[in-house]
Amino acid sequence: MKYTEEHEWLRVEGDHVVVGITEHAATQLGDVVFVEMPEVETQVATGDEVVVIESVKAASDILAPIDGEIVEVNDELASNPGLVNEDPTGRAWFFKLKVDDLSVLDTFMDEDEYADLIG
Amino acid sequence: MADLQRLPLHDLHVEHGARMVPFAGWEMPVQFQGVMAEHLHTREKAGLFDVSHMGQVILKPRAGMDALAHELEALMPVSVAALAEGRQRYGLLTNEQGGIRDDLMFANRGDHFYVVVNAACKDADIAHLTAHLGDQVQPVQGRALLALQGPLAEDALARLVPAVSAMRFMDVITVDTLFGPLWISRSGYTGEDGFEISVPDAGADGFARALLAMEKVAPIGLGARDSLRLEAGLCLYGHDIDDRTSPVEAGLTWAIQKSRRAGGFAGDDRIVKELSEGPERLRVGLLPEGRAPMREGVALFAADGTPVGTVTSGGFGPSVGKPVAMGYVASAHAAVGTPLFGEVRGKRLPVTVAALPFVPASYKR
Repeated sequence: MKYTEEHEWLRVEGDHVVVGITEHAATQLGDVVFVEMPEVETQVATGDEVVVIESVKAASDILAPIDGEIVEVNDELASNPGLVNEDPTGRAWFFKLKVDDLSVLDTFMDEDEYADLIG
Repeated sequence: MADLQRLPLHDLHVEHGARMVPFAGWEMPVQFQGVMAEHLHTREKAGLFDVSHMGQVILKPRAGMDALAHELEALMPVSVAALAEGRQRYGLLTNEQGGIRDDLMFANRGDHFYVVVNAACKDADIAHLTAHLGDQVQPVQGRALLALQGPLAEDALARLVPAVSAMRFMDVITVDTLFGPLWISRSGYTGEDGFEISVPDAGADGFARALLAMEKVAPIGLGARDSLRLEAGLCLYGHDIDDRTSPVEAGLTWAIQKSRRAGGFAGDDRIVKELSEGPERLRVGLLPEGRAPMREGVALFAADGTPVGTVTSGGFGPSVGKPVAMGYVASAHAAVGTPLFGEVRGKRLPVTVAALPFVPASYKR
C-alpha cells in the first residue's frame, strides 16, 4: 500500500490502482453521510477533484493522486456512506484507475513514511 | 490557541477525549466520541453540554421589578412585565430597523431578572443593555453554565437535586447544593426535555463529574448541539437570524405576545407592519430529496429557475436519517410542500419546503 500527503491510500490490483482514504482521514472527517462518485470512463489528471465526501461537519474532496482513467467506482458507498468510517482501508475503497505506468507509485510514501507524517 | 478563553471544565473535556476548537473567543469542545453518536445519545438518554461561553447577566432593578420590566420592553417585542416569578421566557433584542440584535432567555427570579445571551453577542449586548439600563446591568462572573438534555435528563439530575422533578418547562429555581447554589431552568436548545444549570466555577468540575459518572450521561460537543437544534427547528444567531432579519420573517412571531403586537419597542415600525401585512420572505424548513446535504449559503430556485432564497443552516439530521436544512424564501414560495431546487456544486437538486421542527419537541409542559 502507498500513501499520499492528502491521506489517500493506493493499492495495485492487476494493472489498476485502487484508491481510498486512510483511517486517519476518516477519523478527521467524522461521520460520513454522503459520497458523490465520478462517472466511469472519466479521464482524470493529477489534482482533479474526483469525489465529494460530506460528513456531518463539512464537505471535502478526494483529488486524483495520478493521471488515469476511472474504470470502476464503489457503488456501495452511495447507499452506505458510513462504510468510510467503518472500514476505510477495506470495503470503503472509492474508485479504480487504469494508469499507463505503475512505476509512478514508487514516488509515494510507504506505510512507515506515512505513519511519520501523521505523527 | 493562546488568545482564547478557557472553560472552567477544560481539563475535564480533554480527559474525555474532546477535540477542542476556537469558537466565539473560547476554546470549545466540538466533539467527544463523534457527532452522530453524541446526537443520538442525547435523543435517547442524556447529554451534558458545556455552554459556559454564553453570557450570563443579572438585571437588578433600581426602582422595582415593574419599572425595570417596562424599560426592558422598550428593547424587546416581548412581554416582560407579565412574566411570573420563577418563570423563564424566550426574548429578542431588536434594533431600530426591526432586525434582531440577539436572541436570549430571561427569567424572573423575584428581585431580579437573570438573562442568558449568545457568546458572540455578549459584549455588544452588555453595552447595549447598559446604555439603556445603566448600572442595573450586572454581568455574572465566576459561573459555568451546563445543559443536561434528553429524555433521561430529569432522572439523572434528580439524583443530585431531587427538587428538579417538580419543575415544568421554563420553570426556574435556585437550590443550595454541595456544588454551591445552582440556578436551574427546565429548558435547553435541543428540542428535548432538559435543564440548564448555572454553577459556581468552584463546584462545576465536581458537579459535571457526578453527572458523567452515571451511565446514561455522556459529554456532548458543539457539533451535536448544532445538529440537535437544527432538527428542532431552532435558530442559530448569526446564521438563521441576524441584525437584518426581523422576528416576523424569522417565524418567531410566537415569541411576540399579543399584548406587544401594537408596538412600543425598538424597530416597531417594521415589525408591526410585517405582523399585519405579512413579511416579504419567511424562514422555512427544507428537506433535500437526495442524500447530499444543503449547507449554509446554498441558493434556492423555484421550478421555473427564479431565485427565491438561500439556505441559512443545513446538514445531516442524525435522528431524521437524512439531510435537513432551513433558510429564507420569498413568501409566495413558503408554503409547506412547495417544490424548490437548491444549487449544490453547480447542480440544481430537488428540495421541498417542510414544516418545522423536523423532530417533535418533547418538553415537559
